[in-house]
Amino acid sequence: MTVRLSNPERNQLKKPPKEAVMSEDTSPLPQHPPVTDWINDFDHTDPKWTENPFPIWDEMRNASPVVHTDRFLGCYMPTTYEAVRAIANDTEHFSSRRVLVRDERPEIKNANAAPPITSDPPVHKPAKQLLLPPFTPAAVEKLEPRMRAICNELIDEFITEGRCDAAARYTKHVPVRTIAHMLGIPEKDGDLFIKWIHAILELGIKNESALLQAVDEMTEYFAAEIEKRRTHPTDDLISYLMNAKLPNGAPLEDAHVTGSLRLLLIAGIDTTWSAIGASLWHLAKTPEDRKRLAADPSLMPTAIEELLRAYSPVTMAREVMKETVVSGCPVKPGNMVLLSFPTANRDPAVFPDAEKVVLDRKENRHAAFGLGIHRCVGSNLARMEMTVAIEEWLKRIPEFRLDPDGEVTWSQGTVRGPRQLPMLF
Amino acid sequence: MPQLKVHVDPDKCQGHARCKAVAPELFEFDAYGNAHEIGDGVVPSGLEDKAYLARANCPEFAIEVIEE
Repeated sequence: MTVRLSNPERNQLKKPPKEAVMSEDTSPLPQHPPVTDWINDFDHTDPKWTENPFPIWDEMRNASPVVHTDRFLGCYMPTTYEAVRAIANDTEHFSSRRVLVRDERPEIKNANAAPPITSDPPVHKPAKQLLLPPFTPAAVEKLEPRMRAICNELIDEFITEGRCDAAARYTKHVPVRTIAHMLGIPEKDGDLFIKWIHAILELGIKNESALLQAVDEMTEYFAAEIEKRRTHPTDDLISYLMNAKLPNGAPLEDAHVTGSLRLLLIAGIDTTWSAIGASLWHLAKTPEDRKRLAADPSLMPTAIEELLRAYSPVTMAREVMKETVVSGCPVKPGNMVLLSFPTANRDPAVFPDAEKVVLDRKENRHAAFGLGIHRCVGSNLARMEMTVAIEEWLKRIPEFRLDPDGEVTWSQGTVRGPRQLPMLF
Repeated sequence: MPQLKVHVDPDKCQGHARCKAVAPELFEFDAYGNAHEIGDGVVPSGLEDKAYLARANCPEFAIEVIEE
């Protein structure tokens, strides 16, 4: 989605009616003042950040390992790999109960909103362990044939046209169809998923009612799917969760099942869409890398890791619970933390030539999937989707470039990736 | 050349699965996708570089390469 800052209506519509929010993809958002001081007044929703965040992160990192803004009711941001890692591993001082940095900080009504991503120890571990088995490398490998078929079905739809918006017609649909396949729900329901995710991850930063309505709609949708499976059990991920047992032998409450499903959908789609899109964007604008990868598929494993490092899509959040010190900087409760794994991955202290994409980078302990106990549960799936989507694209469309008459646009906020990616081939 | 052994610290491993991608001869996963060294972790001759590469790619700094 593109944020149109020129829209004069944006300042006046702070709380649009629910219907208006959900029915239009370009709902106005309240505008934040433009950032002029990235060190003391940063804002990850600023259009400059959305467009090209890398020089901003370098500027912040050169100033301090932890910076602060008064926006979002007070928020820190670690700018080095070391500081990001320290916070990700410190569940005593930093809570995951809020995982988005937003304008508002409403009271937490449901402590188990989306386990395990919003859970802290000791609740976190059993909730995470429930989700891990369907996402191991071995489990994910079984999905590969369907994934390759999905990619080719999508390419079939536009390959003869010689051009396409790769974000709208390809990168978006790969994760949507894959996750629908895993959950055992119709692939055609993907448009609904995309609408909800947009409302939660983008509109939701500044618009509480858009977020709540999307959450309600998702909960209702999954409640119906759970109901169906009570009488007609299936062998998909929804049935897996319904049959899963907690360590004490108790089955999951329906709210836990729907919470986990919401999480899988929110976390699994926008993110992978962004990673595949950013990778294709890089290859489209960097002919030497495109040619090299198309000619030598054995580069794929290191190339995928490097594209994940250089264009990591996901930024998370923590809430400061107790006063502490991070990389020499005092950190106080009452503030949020913008936990930018993408910024850590651009830290030259850990990654030589951090600003360059090096397709055969050998040593790459990037943090694209997070660090510590909240490591992305779907990381193996995401890697497989990226690998398959790029391999199949390169096989069918080895020659491609950005359309000079089109405009590449990037999503705003928590997940960064191309939302409009016009290509010629 | 000293004999090498690899060891995954189970308290640090978070299941990023990078070690097995880099050195499938040296690491395997449990049912949750968390890694451990195969057998006693002894690195067969010729795989020394892979052992160090696995260590360098672990985002959790969970892998130790021991020179005996």
